[in-house]
Amino acid sequence: MASLAPTFGRGAMTNTWQDIKNANLVIVMGGNAAEAHPCGFKWVIEAKIENGAKLVVVDPRFTRTASVADYYAPIRPGTDIAFLNGVIRYLLEKDKIQHEYVRAYTNAGLIVKEGYGFEDGLFSGYDHERGDYDKSSWDYELDDQGFAKVDDTWQHPRCVMSLLKAHVARYTQEMVSRICGTPRDKFLHICEMVAATAAPDKAMTSLFALGWTQHSVGSQNIRTMAMVQLLLGNIGVAGGGMNALRGHSNIQGLTDVGLLSNLMPGYMTLPVDDEVTFDDYMKSRLYKPLRPGQTSYWSNYRKFFVSFQKSIYGDAAKAENNWAYDWLPKLDIPLYDVIKAFEMMNQGEMTGYICQGFNPQQAFPDRGKIRRGLSKLKFLITMDPLDTETSRFWENFGPQNPADSMAIQTEVFQLPTTCFAEEDGSLVNSARWLQWHWKAADPPGQAKSDIWIMSGIFHRIRELYRKEGGAFPDPIVNLTWNYTNPTEPATAELAKDMNGRARADLTDASGAVVKKAGQLLDGFAQLRDDGTTESGCWIFSGCYTEKGNQMARRDASDPREQGIAPNWAWAWPANRRILYNRASADVQGNPWNPRKPIIQWDGSKWVGVDVPDYGVTVKPSDGVGPFIMNAEGVGRLFARELMVEGPFPEHYEPLESPVVNVLHPKVSTNPVVRVFADDRAAFGSPSEFPYVATTYRLTEHFHFWTKHALINAILQPEEFIEIGEALAKEKGIAQASWVRVASKRGQMICKAYVTKRIKPLTIDGKTAHVIGVPLHWGFTGQARKGYGANTLTPSVGDANTQTPEFKAFLVNIEPSNGPEV
Amino acid sequence: MADLQSQDYIRRSATTLTPPSVRSYEDQVAKLIDVTRCIGCKACQAACMEWNNLRNPVGTFEGTYDNPLDLDPATWTLMRFTEYENDKGDLEWLIRKDGCMHCEDPGCLKACPAPGAIVQYANGIVDFISENCIGCGYCVKGCPFDIPRISAVDHKSYKCTLCSDRVAVGLEPACVKACPTGAILFGSKKDMTDWADERIVELKSRGFENAGLYDPPGVGGTHVMYVLHHADTPSIYAGLPENPRISATVEFWKGLIKPVALAGIAASAIAGFLHWVVMGPNEVQVEDELEAQEVLASERKKRRADAIDTDGGSA
Amino acid sequence: MTRPKGTLIRNPTITRINHWITAACFVLLTLSGLAMFHPLLFWLSNLFGGGQWTRAIHPWIGLVLVVSYAGMIVQFWRDNLWTKTDLEWTLAIGRVLANEEESVPEVGRFNAGQKFVFWSMALLIPVLLFTGILIWDYYFETLTSVGTQRAALLIHSLAAIAAIIIWVIHVYAAIWVRGSMRAMTQGYVTPGWAWRHHRKWFRALAATGSPGPEPHVDDNKTRK
Repeated sequence: MASLAPTFGRGAMTNTWQDIKNANLVIVMGGNAAEAHPCGFKWVIEAKIENGAKLVVVDPRFTRTASVADYYAPIRPGTDIAFLNGVIRYLLEKDKIQHEYVRAYTNAGLIVKEGYGFEDGLFSGYDHERGDYDKSSWDYELDDQGFAKVDDTWQHPRCVMSLLKAHVARYTQEMVSRICGTPRDKFLHICEMVAATAAPDKAMTSLFALGWTQHSVGSQNIRTMAMVQLLLGNIGVAGGGMNALRGHSNIQGLTDVGLLSNLMPGYMTLPVDDEVTFDDYMKSRLYKPLRPGQTSYWSNYRKFFVSFQKSIYGDAAKAENNWAYDWLPKLDIPLYDVIKAFEMMNQGEMTGYICQGFNPQQAFPDRGKIRRGLSKLKFLITMDPLDTETSRFWENFGPQNPADSMAIQTEVFQLPTTCFAEEDGSLVNSARWLQWHWKAADPPGQAKSDIWIMSGIFHRIRELYRKEGGAFPDPIVNLTWNYTNPTEPATAELAKDMNGRARADLTDASGAVVKKAGQLLDGFAQLRDDGTTESGCWIFSGCYTEKGNQMARRDASDPREQGIAPNWAWAWPANRRILYNRASADVQGNPWNPRKPIIQWDGSKWVGVDVPDYGVTVKPSDGVGPFIMNAEGVGRLFARELMVEGPFPEHYEPLESPVVNVLHPKVSTNPVVRVFADDRAAFGSPSEFPYVATTYRLTEHFHFWTKHALINAILQPEEFIEIGEALAKEKGIAQASWVRVASKRGQMICKAYVTKRIKPLTIDGKTAHVIGVPLHWGFTGQARKGYGANTLTPSVGDANTQTPEFKAFLVNIEPSNGPEV
Repeated sequence: MADLQSQDYIRRSATTLTPPSVRSYEDQVAKLIDVTRCIGCKACQAACMEWNNLRNPVGTFEGTYDNPLDLDPATWTLMRFTEYENDKGDLEWLIRKDGCMHCEDPGCLKACPAPGAIVQYANGIVDFISENCIGCGYCVKGCPFDIPRISAVDHKSYKCTLCSDRVAVGLEPACVKACPTGAILFGSKKDMTDWADERIVELKSRGFENAGLYDPPGVGGTHVMYVLHHADTPSIYAGLPENPRISATVEFWKGLIKPVALAGIAASAIAGFLHWVVMGPNEVQVEDELEAQEVLASERKKRRADAIDTDGGSA
Repeated sequence: MTRPKGTLIRNPTITRINHWITAACFVLLTLSGLAMFHPLLFWLSNLFGGGQWTRAIHPWIGLVLVVSYAGMIVQFWRDNLWTKTDLEWTLAIGRVLANEEESVPEVGRFNAGQKFVFWSMALLIPVLLFTGILIWDYYFETLTSVGTQRAALLIHSLAAIAAIIIWVIHVYAAIWVRGSMRAMTQGYVTPGWAWRHHRKWFRALAATGSPGPEPHVDDNKTRK
């Protein structure tokens, strides 16, 4: 969530599924909630029926979500920023923003340094050689005490509001329509609907998912809507928020515990090569408040970090060895993401791959490159409950997987694992709830839990280091492993590790013991940086306390029937259900919407249905901002240096686009995107590949899993693509006939669904056709064999996260006689 | 104790007697399918397959999201998708969950020749009792909604049971339980009708002036009802009949001609018997034989004479 | 079959076999058909091993009937051609029913009543065949629309009922006119029987000295 954190402070869905029912307007853009999240979508229906909410869908296709929407507008894939910048322009021009909120809770009035600028598609500080920015000019003008200067009248030419107005001035209705292909009247109608939620007691919720993230400007897509929501005063309130609907039941948990190459648990970041000492490391992580009196909660970073080191290294992490800082890996590049990993495999730089719960042969871009990369490995270990394409990449399945088995030397170890229903544990849902689940069945055959497998690998590697020494054994041999069953630690024990415990008696200011040594902590507020506490993931602290497993709670009572059941499972942080909920009340502490209050100031403390995301006794008059993770205390309309493309979102065309960027033809695409040379060579041009393609899920399937289940296979049996009637007519493609769809990287031969749901768009005066590519079929499982959408997709990612650009690329299409048998 | 469920029958196919009816105090039930809040996720279809243990072969893509392509013995409910462009030129994607409507006056039951193969319970559910089914396909002809399907394997007719097994023990049908958006509701027919009325008011407020409840009177109402945005033109929802009723042909076939035909056959037999009693058999009399012999003799003589004539003439 | 001396051949062996195959089929079809027609008669399906068997066998028997009746047509069509005498005979049906045949016009091998049975069946059986195929779901369900099948079912039922009633008349006539049954079981009739019931046919046999059933009586010609 590399856009929500730079804006609000935390990278997570702000509200909850249930809270969607409180919305007055639901906008689904960059996602297809009904199709991909049908169960959560019930709350949208609830909002419509019980709250009279309107549902707006903006999507290249008329989706299942659109089928129940009040208003639908089409958009060309990859142009969401243009659309939303146009919305921002409309809101500012018509003065449809929630003034009091914007003034108090955003950085609209903060003054930006001299030297910041934007011209011809580039922000100040661009280095054409490196293809990267010197971001030093993207910051506030500070006063003597190091606090950002502010002009709450917004008159200053360099205040954020002035700069924003200037930045979005280019995004007129004509320009939006020209770039996005959205008819002007439809765009305007949506602007009007959105603007209506600027009223303090009206809220819009934004539901989005991979339709926004899977772009070379994915993070900025989301950020633009986050800014819209700040301007409307829709963050922190009931029925508002930026609601990132996660594509996987536990993907929120994945980032929470830091399963990215640059992260540690709880959104702490791994050191980089430059940060040689612990002091170097901490210097850039002090999080000094940028406005007087602000919380800047990250200023507790050292406590979280030391407690984490104590959790994994125990007594071996001491003050004397800087809490074992040296044992942490140091990054030499910003990120070892999957695109990088497969580039390295192809270059022969990565020769072994443990693939745990992933199916890159289906899921990662440029399928041919994935297969070539896997083919060059010495060994591949797959850990999965299913017989994935990745574990069978070496086997020839005909045109759908034309592997030359004889030429592949990769040794493949296929380790069957348990699935969630075969083990106790917790999942973190989109709304940050840690929900405990219980084992329902024994695993089939020889399937073993991931924990058993990883423990086995750990013990054997540690044994090798102990016996043979090796170059740097310390990080491995010093790891703690205090579990009742060391070969397969119980998930409850691991959860307690995450929660954390006191390593010595903890006393409060008065000297009274609040926690005895060995006791589980109540929450991250108890963490210390002196080695007396440990916690494996500070944001999870509070999930498993001395009172028991909080994640296993199942009390659905919802005191205000407002979608907040505080005793159902446990939400990070600190069981808060709605993030930034201080912003649900005005500066004085009275709810903006008295019918749906979340917390309010009762004269001495904050009270309400949710745990305040704020100091419980911090008085409104203290002027502490509601975005407590941000050093400014307010939401960021101007993202400072936290986004690699720039502090404001700008429209850049997808790497493969049918048109040149009309705003700045010289900087047509994202200028800081990372593209490997071989990947760039595999980009197609519009002359060869004239049509825009986009990939997506269908509700009958979950990714590449459910094609292994017979019922799902029956419900959507065979690979197909979707094209509009106009293009079908032009190309002579009949309903359900075979077509060949090709990108520069590969081709798939499948049937065509000629549909009214995709209409041609007029882009900059020319007709543009969109082709839809559902992604579920592969060559294992119960459904019919398919080529897989990633046969076509380009190997390029979002510049911040490297999330692959699956949602906008170029293809050609022609009738076909069907696959060679 | 008798098979208790059979005491709930209020109608039983091919039966001239009144079924046990002392237990028929039950509330009429209904399933309400609110098409306007359906997202076409097919959870209902999956749940139906799960609960009833139905599995088709994996099919093919044929230019529609309707999968399988049609109702069949192992597909008792099916989402039917229609891309419909309204008067304003706006696209509407109409998604209707198709399946047995559980008519108050079931055409299948009327047409069925096998005693007890189709029954209607006191709560209104129309159910097929497979062991009594003879596979004739008359139910298919009787149904105004084209629902029942005959298995080519076991030659039995199949369709949605409205989960009569679940309903009998106080559970809702599987599809209702699975529906994520509350588009399928189940309860007493009255409650469902009342709720539909509320929905229709809400839909009208959103500009669907012709929103309405589909509970066609031609079949006495149904125990599966739809809330439609365009109740004035149900046929746009993948051919939902405008005014379904049991076909006049079927009514005639299963109505008047059944007794008349048997009476006709009986009458002809009785007429014969009466004729026998009154007139007696038509027997050959001795005189007949004598006359016959006479004729034979004279003809023989004639032929002989002719033969001589012919011989003489040629000689 | 041995034929007593002096008797006439009414139906040769092949005809009798053909007739009884047809008859058996008709009876089985009637029983199975009625089982599926009226609940009161569903018990008849037990004769066939239950409802499923009844449903499955009925169309196959029907096919046998069609072939068999085609044989009947080949053998009988000429003797069933309609003549003017038939009209007079029909008008005199009252006397026929009163067993007073002396005063009615002489008839050839078949009287108008028999011809009516013959041609009715010749019409109804193809109708039953055609409509039966349309409702033979196992093979032909997808051939036509449900609407067509509904009409086919109705027509099939009406045709079957008509056929059954005609069959009842046919059977009763065989019982009523003594000697007829033997004509179809053993194949022969006495000259007196032929004289009494089919005098024109009898005269033709007598004139040619044929033992029967040929020659055909060309009724129209003889009337000239």
